[in-house]
Amino acid sequence: MNILVCISKAPDTTSKIAFTDGNTKFDENGVQFIVNPYDEWYALVRGIELKEANGGSVTTVTVGGADADPIIRKALAIGADKAVRIDTAEGDPGSVAAQIAAYAKDQDFDMILTGKETINYNGGVVGGMIAEHLDLPYISLATKLDMNGGVAEISREVQGGVEVVEVDGPFVLSAAKGMAEQRIPNMRGIMAARTKPLEVVPAADVASNTAINTYALPEEKGDCTYVDADNPAELVRLLNEEAKVL
Amino acid sequence: MSILVYSELKNGKATKSGLEAVSYAKKASTVLGGEVTVITSGAIEGDGGMGAYGADKILNASEATSDSQQLTRLVAAAAESTGADTIIINHDATGKLVAPRVAVKLNAGIVAGAIDVPSNDGGFKVKKGVFSGKAIAEVTVTSAKRVVSITPNSFGIHEAAGAGAVESFSADLGGAKVKVKEFKPTSTDGSIPLPEADLVVSAGRGLKGPENWGMIEDLAKELGAATACSRPVSDIGWRPHHEHVGQTGIAIRPTLYIAIGISGAIQHLAGVNGSKVMVVINKDPEAPFFKAADYGIVGDAFEVVPKLLEAVKSFKDN
Repeated sequence: MNILVCISKAPDTTSKIAFTDGNTKFDENGVQFIVNPYDEWYALVRGIELKEANGGSVTTVTVGGADADPIIRKALAIGADKAVRIDTAEGDPGSVAAQIAAYAKDQDFDMILTGKETINYNGGVVGGMIAEHLDLPYISLATKLDMNGGVAEISREVQGGVEVVEVDGPFVLSAAKGMAEQRIPNMRGIMAARTKPLEVVPAADVASNTAINTYALPEEKGDCTYVDADNPAELVRLLNEEAKVL
Repeated sequence: MSILVYSELKNGKATKSGLEAVSYAKKASTVLGGEVTVITSGAIEGDGGMGAYGADKILNASEATSDSQQLTRLVAAAAESTGADTIIINHDATGKLVAPRVAVKLNAGIVAGAIDVPSNDGGFKVKKGVFSGKAIAEVTVTSAKRVVSITPNSFGIHEAAGAGAVESFSADLGGAKVKVKEFKPTSTDGSIPLPEADLVVSAGRGLKGPENWGMIEDLAKELGAATACSRPVSDIGWRPHHEHVGQTGIAIRPTLYIAIGISGAIQHLAGVNGSKVMVVINKDPEAPFFKAADYGIVGDAFEVVPKLLEAVKSFKDN
């Protein structure tokens, strides 16, 4: 089974979010970068589990410069067999998807897995865009993925419940919570990752259709109004008369 | 210039998500100009309730599908037939499945998770949440066509006059490669799906164990709210994963969010700080959540929640 997992670099979840250059750039000062949690915890780990059960190989792909190499090594330490870095600055989600699709189109992958979104851009579109470029079926927000012979059985979140679907043949999937449990790399994995192949490939000629002009922080909330613990009826009154939400 | 909206239909009517997309499109049309056309598939009753929210025209393909490739072909064919340059879809489960594909098919830039109507002053610009709700980005779309998917509950549903003329529509949808085997409803008691809930009651480790969720469910039921939980609680299996709100769970924007026994770690706040009003109930007065709250009660959940439930009951009775 030939599995491709898309890995993106994201700021650690505890990072202070601040901006520089007139609020046009994310302030990376003091920020630790990690593998985007949805890509790592769910897509990558499930890919590795399927390989362990069925044989085959897990390749990770990342669009980015050499600054992404440490997080790519982390993915190798967790258990990916090899990594590919498409060597260009990460553009908008559409250009990232086009780059990955251009790399994947001749590679004969049985499945392409992504996290459901990145925790820094929160678009959740890269998987679907890759699928359209490659004319493959796409299953978003998947919480379970099993292979029965060549047929994938997938559960995905839909409005009001879970849909169980089957796909025969290659597909693209975005993974959500429930798909797998986080794996902590062990020392052997970390040592092995140093010698696993990290291939740097040239970027395709792709343009971005969107750009971020400026960032802003959300407005600060006003002070909290405290209500006595013995008098929740007062809270109900405030929610009704003052906040007008009941 | 015109706008095309995709709306799902349920029992012949547009869903809440779909009506929000129609409302958003109507408002956007005052900035961008042009008509608002809606593309739908499956049986429709009258105008599906969409004319009253600003839909000028409704295109209806008789056969329903939930396959991403078929829906993409349907939306793209409707965009071509109407000459639409702006496609609007709700950023719900279906929008996440279809919108990115439509963007590629139409060679359009996409803004996924918009939280405000676009402006067209010096280029097409729209705001979206980034860094899991910790910041807002203004994004410019430079391509001639664009796809905007809107964050559920970010705009709301607003009445506005539209002609609501229904026309049947057909397009070659091709085959579906994804076979749907089964649908398992999250709950069989008709409770409200979390992403689209207006009111949410959420609880965390302060509840001490899964056996104590009865009072949370009772409170939610009395309010007509959905239930949610913090990450630790879903990680240790007290509550199902789909209830986990936060940076690595789902992000929600209800009008009222009640957090009970949740300390308010930055990752949790990231998923809920789009809520209009936040109420925090925690016995620790130093809990960081109080800094983000609009209303707070410092007290033991096991004492406060039953009293709050009684207070809500007597409020509803009057």
